[in-house]
This record gives sequence, structure tokens and C-alpha cells, in this order.
Amino acid sequence: MLKIENLHVTIKEREILKGVNLEVKAGEVHAIMGPNGTGKSTLASVVAGKEGYDVTAGSITFNGKNLLELSVEDRAREGIFIGFQYPVEIPGVSIANFMRTALNEIRQYRGLDPLNGAQFLRLMNEKQKVVELTEKLSNRSVNEGFSGGEKKRNEIFQMAMLEPQLAILDETDSGLDIDALRIVANGVNQLKRPDNATIVITHYQRLLDYIVPDVVHILYDGRIVKSGPKELALELEQRGYEWIKEEYEQGKLA
Amino acid sequence: MKSFAEALKTLSQFRQQTAPDPYRPVEEYFKCQVSQMGSEMLPILNGWYVHDSDGLTTYDNGVVAGSLKTALQRCPELVRPALSRISDKERNELTDSNEQQFNDGIFIYVPDDVNVEQPFQIVSLVNSRDDLLVQNRHVIRVGRNATLSLIQCDDSIRSVSHFLNIVTEISLSENATLHYYKTENKEADSHLFHHVFVNQQAFSMFQSNAITFNAGYVCNNIHVNLSEPFAEARLYGLYLVDKTQQCDNHIKINHIATDCKSYQLYKGILDDEAKAGFHGHVAVLPDAQRTNAFQTNRNILLTDKASVNTKPFLEIYADDVQCSHGATVGQLDDEALYYLRSRGIGERSARKLLMFAFANEVCNYVRIPALKDRLSDMVQRRLNGELTICDQCLLHNANHSELFFPIDETKI
Repeated sequence: MLKIENLHVTIKEREILKGVNLEVKAGEVHAIMGPNGTGKSTLASVVAGKEGYDVTAGSITFNGKNLLELSVEDRAREGIFIGFQYPVEIPGVSIANFMRTALNEIRQYRGLDPLNGAQFLRLMNEKQKVVELTEKLSNRSVNEGFSGGEKKRNEIFQMAMLEPQLAILDETDSGLDIDALRIVANGVNQLKRPDNATIVITHYQRLLDYIVPDVVHILYDGRIVKSGPKELALELEQRGYEWIKEEYEQGKLA
Repeated sequence: MKSFAEALKTLSQFRQQTAPDPYRPVEEYFKCQVSQMGSEMLPILNGWYVHDSDGLTTYDNGVVAGSLKTALQRCPELVRPALSRISDKERNELTDSNEQQFNDGIFIYVPDDVNVEQPFQIVSLVNSRDDLLVQNRHVIRVGRNATLSLIQCDDSIRSVSHFLNIVTEISLSENATLHYYKTENKEADSHLFHHVFVNQQAFSMFQSNAITFNAGYVCNNIHVNLSEPFAEARLYGLYLVDKTQQCDNHIKINHIATDCKSYQLYKGILDDEAKAGFHGHVAVLPDAQRTNAFQTNRNILLTDKASVNTKPFLEIYADDVQCSHGATVGQLDDEALYYLRSRGIGERSARKLLMFAFANEVCNYVRIPALKDRLSDMVQRRLNGELTICDQCLLHNANHSELFFPIDETKI
């Protein structure tokens, strides 16, 4: 589904990603871990198509399409979703209007008829349950005045609405208390299907107690230096990142 | 910003229409279809009040409304206390010209303790092939404990040049409330100067929402005297201008008495080579202790050639006051644009969503639900480039089939 090969990315002439290789197949959950400043969020932003990043070498393909040629919105319409670490507040734009516009533009891109008002409201009500957002959401402005936990739940709600093929959740666990973490993780698990995939970017193993990954990657110094089964996350939790740094500097890792 | 002396020179190139006779049937020409609003219509065509029979109506609840000139003849005692009350300091070349030569205008009197539920609506249309000058003078008096909602629509329907010089005098007695909504939708070759003078007594409340959808040159001046304690003025404004349109807003609020409040929120979106000016002046006089005054002007410029000149200004002579002012001029928020696009919304739609959100804040303060929905809808379509003039006026629809308005599906 997603194939990243030898990806090199610079921001303002500073190289952040130095040859990332990653392949994600349908039905899989991947975790990307690593210390601060190693390029985890950069990787998510480059897949999303955010401006300000120069891809100097390598490729990203999604279902065989060259993703780097597509605009931000077309990547979303192809089925990519980013759960942001810091979702922005947009005063005056209601969640209902936001989601209806998004959904219908995606449907139009795929040659489907737009949802009418009643169909849309039904869908909203159904999907709010995924993240236990019982409060009447539809007329509130996007993220305005939301707590940290509500913002993250709103991200997962949007994911539920848009049903992406590939969701990249960037530090979705940061700033969440244990209840919010459980709700967010349950939401992600409910949305899991054989034909979609999830990449979870996180610092801590904690989230991976709830969202169990098939593969864990360690991103360090702009490269994926080690990949392994879910037990690798536990090992990181116990031993920290120091041994990774040492092994990397001794040239033992990829 | 244009000076009033300069404007007077321009004004002198236009001609006033003499009183039309006979008057034409009202219903045929003026009918605002803003659903469920059911407003009481006070129509003006080319500067003259249009009516079927009587120039002045007295309603069951004692409200008097109609032509100012008729009112001056029949009930001068009601009109005089509120007419020509502009102080020497406040008057200028244009208000002088208006005072000397006004055509006619609307007079509304609300007696004490009357709550007028149905909004009154002044609709002023210009439909003339000549270079027309319109000088209207309106006088609005709201009595003690009385309330009124007034909507004022200034529209033009032919793209010929004309000059409107309007003065509205508003007087609010103790504990009176006036909600005043103004929309302006003018052709490119028009000049509209509107001076509003408000005098507020104790505990009175004045709220104005002035929305400029299209402007040749529009200059709104609002001058508020908070003359007695605990009076409150809330002024909201929105201007959406493009091409070479220009819209200026001059606001002067005099905090004369103690314990008064004033709020100003003016927002604008400027495209192409449009220009806007905001000059907001709040004066807190020495006796006006415990004043609260807040003033904000926010602008979005969509092009490099659009420009805005903003000058929020506080002048404070009392020491126990809370005042703030601020102005911003900027572009749309890039982070918000990225967020919307990352959900599959195209750049064009994303920009429109953000612009609408920015502008619609001013509509959110409108207290009449049907009017609020209508204005929001007009803002939306203005930003889509679909709205030129208010298509709810029958006059526009019936006589000018060359004007095309797409059907607004959200309203069906």
C-alpha cells in the first residue's frame, strides 16, 4: 500500500531524513518510535504533503501512485489521513460544515454522489460513538476551546468519518491521560479493517499496550535503524534509547 | 480616506430629483422576501418616500412612522427635539449640505414603554439614468423603556453613477434599546456617505451591525454620545470589497458620563485593488469614570494590491477606566489552510471556508434569526463571487431580467 524508498528530506538545507525505507501493507499496524528530533514528525508531514520540506532523493508511492506529485488534498482523497500532534483551532468553521465539505470533496474525487443532509447527520451520529463524543459536536467550531484530550478525540472522529486507507497518527498519545488514551486507542482499534493500515508514531510504549503493532521501527538520525516485532517496543521501554545510540554509533545498526 | 470637503465637490456634480408625483403603488416595487422576517417596509426610491396614500402612519401601539417632511408638518413637536441636534464640533461639509437640501427621509417615533416586535426596514433604492444626488435625512426616536429593531438597506440597481448623502439622527431615551442593521450593496460608480449620530441617555443600549457587500465608494460615519450613566453602544461592521471598491468607517464614541460601555468590532476582506479605512476614535472625558471601551479592527488582504489604512485611537482623560484597542492586517492562516486541505478539502474551498468563518462573526451578532441567516448566506455568496446585489428585492427581479442569480440550494 505505502512504499517509501531511500527518502531524503531537508528543511532549510538541513538534512532531516537520510534514506528512510518503509513498506506498509493492508491490514498492518506499524509503530515508529525514536527519541526527540530524529525525524518522526517530518516523515508524517512529507507523506501528507506539507510545504517547506524538500525531498532531495527517494520516492513515496501509495497504491502504486507517486505520492510526491500529488497536492495535500489529493493525497487525502487518495486515502491518506494524518492525525496531528497539535491540531489547529479554526474559529467560526463548524465541525459539521468542515466534515461535510471534506467528505463530499473526497466523494467527488472518487466519482461518488455527495451525501445529503440526512445521510450526513446519520453518519456523524454514528461515528461520534467511536470516540465517545456524546456532546453535540456539530455546531462547535473545529477544536476551538477543546482540551488536549478532546482535540485528539476529534482527530480520531475525523478519521472515522473519512475512513482512510492509511492513517498516520503522529504522537496521538501525547498529553493524554489514561482514560483519554484508552478512548482514542479503542477508536483506532474499532476502525481497523483488513483493507486499511495504520502507522502510529510515538515516544512511549504506553500507547502500544492498547494499539498492538505488527512491526515496530526505530527511527534514529534520519534513518530506520532497527525494525522488529512488538516486543521491540517493550525492550525500548526497559532499556531506553541509549543502547540504540551506542550500537548506531558503533556501526552495528543499518 | 477622502475628506468631506473633497466629497462635497464631487457631490455638486450630481442632481437631486424633484418630488415624484403621483406616487407609485408600494407593493409592486418593494417587497423584501427575507422569509419570516415580516418587516414593516419604509421604501425610498431615488431619495423620495414611496407610499400608497398617506405619508405618515400611526400604528395601534402609538408608533409613528413615515415621511420626515410629512411628520414635520403634522407633528413637529415629536420631530423637532431630535432633528438637527448635531453639534458644531460634529458637523461637516456633507452634513451641512444635507441639512440645507435634504429631499425627505424616514421618521420613526416609538413612545415610552412600547416594545416594537416587528422590525422596521428602510429600503432605499436608486434606479435612475441620471447622475442622481440623493440627500436623505432620517430621524429615529425611541422612548423610555422602549425597543426597536431597524434594518436599513441601501441598494442600487442600475450601473450608473449616483451620490448618496445620508444623515440619520438617533435619540435613545432612558433604558431604550435600538438594534440597527445596515446593509450596503452599491454599484461601482456610486458614492455613499452615511452619517449616523446617536445620542444615548441612561441605561440605553444601541447596537449596530453595518455590512458592506459592495461599494463604489462607501463612507460610514457613526458618532455616539454616551451622555448619561450606564449607556452601552455595540458597533459591529463588516466590509467585503473587491475590484477598485473602497469602504471607509469612521467611528467616534464620546464617553461623557460614568459607567458606560462601548464595543467595536470591525472586520474586512479586501480583494484585487480594493481599499478600506478604519478610523475608530474613543474619547473618555474627565467625568467618565468606570468606562469600559474595547475596539478591534481585523483585516484580511487577499492580494498585494489591496490596502487598508487602520487607525484605532483612544483618548482618555479619566483615570478609572478599562480600555483596549487593536488592529490586525494579514492573510489567511497557513496552518488552518493546511489542516483543512489535509482532510481532502481543495485549496479554493478551504480558503472560502476560512474567509466565511472570519466574516460571519459579524453576522453572528444579528438578533433577528431570519435576517442573520439571510446575511450569512449573502456573505457566503459574496465570497463565492455570486452576489452582486440583494436578489430579494422584487424590483431587481421583476424589471431586470439581465441580472442572473444562481439558485441558492441551501434555502430550498
